[in-house]
Amino acid sequence: MADYSWPEADRRGQIGHRPARLDGPVKSTGFARYPSDQNPPGLLAAKILTCPHAHARILGMDTSAAEALPGVRVVHVIQGEGSEIQWAGDEVAAVAAETEDIARDAVRAIRVEYEVLPHFVTEEHRDRAPAAQPGSERTDGDPDAAFASAHRIVEQTLGMPQMAHMCLEPHGQVAGWDGDELEVHASTQAVSTLGGQFASELGIPATQVRIRTEYMGGGFGSKFSPDRWGIVGAELARKAGAPVKLFLDRDQEVAVAGSRPSAFARIRVGADEQGKLVAWDSDSWGSGGLPGTGQTPLPYVFSRLPNRRLRHTSVPTNLAGSRAWRAPNHPQACFLTMACLDDLANELDLDPIDFLDRNLDLTGRADVYREELGIAAEMAGWKERWQPRKRSRERALQRGMGVSIHTWGGRGHSSNCDVTVHPDGAVEVRIGSQDIGTGTRTVVAQVLAETFGLELHQVHVSMGDNRFPQSGPSGGSSTVGGVSASTRRAAQDALREVLARVAPRLEAEPEELKAAGGRVYVEGEPSRGMSWPEAAAQIGGAPVSARGRNPGPGRLISSGVGGVQIAEVEVDMDTGVVRVERMIAVQDCGLIINRRLAESQVYGGLIMGVGYALFEEWIPDPVTGRLLNADMEFYKLAGLVDVGSLEVHMMTGPAYDGRGVIGLGEPPVISPGAAISNAVANAIGVRVPYLPLTPDRVLDALAGGGEAA
Amino acid sequence: MSDDAKGSGLSRRSFLRGGAAGALAASLLPEDAAAAVAENDAEGAPTVGPGAVEIELEVNGVARRLEVEPRVTLLDGLRDRLDVTGPKRVCDRGTCGACTVLEDGRPVYACCRLMIESAGRSITTVEGLGSPDAMHDVQQAFVENDAQQCGYCTPGFVVATVALLARSPAPTEQDIEAGLGGNFCRCGTYKGIRAVVGGPGEPGGDSVG
Repeated sequence: MADYSWPEADRRGQIGHRPARLDGPVKSTGFARYPSDQNPPGLLAAKILTCPHAHARILGMDTSAAEALPGVRVVHVIQGEGSEIQWAGDEVAAVAAETEDIARDAVRAIRVEYEVLPHFVTEEHRDRAPAAQPGSERTDGDPDAAFASAHRIVEQTLGMPQMAHMCLEPHGQVAGWDGDELEVHASTQAVSTLGGQFASELGIPATQVRIRTEYMGGGFGSKFSPDRWGIVGAELARKAGAPVKLFLDRDQEVAVAGSRPSAFARIRVGADEQGKLVAWDSDSWGSGGLPGTGQTPLPYVFSRLPNRRLRHTSVPTNLAGSRAWRAPNHPQACFLTMACLDDLANELDLDPIDFLDRNLDLTGRADVYREELGIAAEMAGWKERWQPRKRSRERALQRGMGVSIHTWGGRGHSSNCDVTVHPDGAVEVRIGSQDIGTGTRTVVAQVLAETFGLELHQVHVSMGDNRFPQSGPSGGSSTVGGVSASTRRAAQDALREVLARVAPRLEAEPEELKAAGGRVYVEGEPSRGMSWPEAAAQIGGAPVSARGRNPGPGRLISSGVGGVQIAEVEVDMDTGVVRVERMIAVQDCGLIINRRLAESQVYGGLIMGVGYALFEEWIPDPVTGRLLNADMEFYKLAGLVDVGSLEVHMMTGPAYDGRGVIGLGEPPVISPGAAISNAVANAIGVRVPYLPLTPDRVLDALAGGGEAA
Repeated sequence: MSDDAKGSGLSRRSFLRGGAAGALAASLLPEDAAAAVAENDAEGAPTVGPGAVEIELEVNGVARRLEVEPRVTLLDGLRDRLDVTGPKRVCDRGTCGACTVLEDGRPVYACCRLMIESAGRSITTVEGLGSPDAMHDVQQAFVENDAQQCGYCTPGFVVATVALLARSPAPTEQDIEAGLGGNFCRCGTYKGIRAVVGGPGEPGGDSVG
């Protein structure tokens, strides 16, 4: 069987280097046309009427005034009389019109009569929840005995609210029909699977749905399905006989198109005199809106912690269902766990890094964490600068440092691609994947160029189209492993076929030939060779093509990473304002294909993490059941000046490279909430039990915290 | 969709009411519409709209003439009527900066301007600064510093950065906060953007390759 592998470190012309992302120029000049930028001839604009009530029954609907408006082409009832609405913002009707403003006029002209029903939107008060779903209790070992003999025990109630994905390009699509064939320019993370979902909802064969996503403006786990607005958009287009653009307005986007489940927990954790964790008890709850939400992986990272009892209650609310949010469940579990361990280290009078280190045998990756903790501590100047918690108002501004560790899988997903070598030397891959901003296009090009010994500009990547070979959705940090492995296999196979045709001309065996530096030559005898175009010309009139698949033979990918983050903050003791001064991330992800893009993923994770640690939360109004901040003014993202100084160290070298490619999108966003919360506790002497660390929560903790926790 | 492609989209000509309608109509075509609108506050002044108004403005160096309802924002007019889609609609409420364009050289949120207010003015969008084959220095710096991921905030950031550096070639922290504090990114590209604008404590650009 043919060998599939990555080149040795000293023979990598592309892999591990830092080329700029290939679509940088089109993005920086505004020439990149996103799905929301598509303006085909005859385009209509669509708007959706949403329900203003968190729970209601539709008693009647009158669309006649909307239908009578000049310029209105289709009025489509999504949920009509008798429907029960379960969250504010749910879609009730839609209009396609000649302009967006006319569509808005028409939506406003639709009259809906509701019977308003009781609602519940504040799951932090689970005792008031009308439909809480307690799960079964799970016990390992003997937690009661272990707590009884523990040297120190910490008990804490902690939590973090639901928050939004806040993709800058809203969810939506431009859908148009050519006869019975549907073409959808979708802002999606799932080019290859979306068509089938449209087809089954619309009752047409999957072969008749084309999905196009050359660029898309962010997903973060919220853009895997057509969604109701996708199907409605296609229906409007079918009825109107014209393409229809339907993208959510920002208030809808925030309220219904993606949120991360909340997580609250009453946690007890105990350690012995040596600072070894011996017991865990958690009673957790949370909500992902109407479906509630499941248990997060507690205790996080320290999954071999003995003697533990876990209970979890799912709390459904009258809010739109949550979606996978970058590293699903991990940021919550990380905060709940690492905050408790930090408090326990404080109780034990231990440096938290020392405390983590003493317990690394309870993790699955002790060696990685130990090495990373050492590097992160060095970068932060931890030994010299970290001080134990103290409660002091000597200065109005108090500084503190905190640490957290995290893990993720990141195995490459199912991926197929076709690599074609043309007789003129052109090399192309066609792959039904998508670049959601992570740099997938660039990484695939690097693998191609590496394999054929070419420069990046000499290879072509075609993606973002479901007519290309199926490749998985971009979720769970699975894309880079999937697409790099399938591309490498296809490219190696195609190259072998080319070399087999070239070998006779060079009077050599194919196995003796090498493609590098834009040439094909006999290994060790560079003069016995020819340029790449000459080599490609040997294949004759027809191109050479090879299909690559993942999973497949050869050790190209694996899974399981560890990361360490340290935060340094400054807290204003009078106003409660927290400033992140510095974030340090040390991260492994196996073999890195593009160092620059890998670092960008980590920087991005840190920045998003500062956002949810300090600013971001859904604020539902208990009275109306609506979000009070379904916008970008009161739902605050971190800005350029909010994120402090960011430093990233990627783990490299044989021990990491040898594991093959592992995904990276999720891991760096997991620890910031915990690390920043721990830094604040370190700064002010008490735990602020809830994220985000808004001034009111900080002041509450200072007012009620008494002595250090 | 271009005006031509859309055909009869906005068929109603300007609705000009009040005593000075004739005079206004004459002045409104093409460049004084904005001024006319601004003067509407005066008692007894004519009202523009609600029907479409014919205006002319310059977009990326090209004179564009169109009929547009007064309620249409500059952003929607650019994107939907003129097919200039570099400026992005994200918050649509003057918060996120993704729609930032230069109006007579001054950065403005295109979602917070009515298109008729821009009549007679010169609009430069991100596409007007450079092209993939001939990038503006700032665009080139965004590429070299990987200051974009999904890229949806990038057009606004590029325009805001051009405006910032035009005002303050060596911006202070306060300059940066004032110049770029009104733009948000979700993917987290601030590290790269910092490197583009320089500023205190930043080592500057990262080399490509």
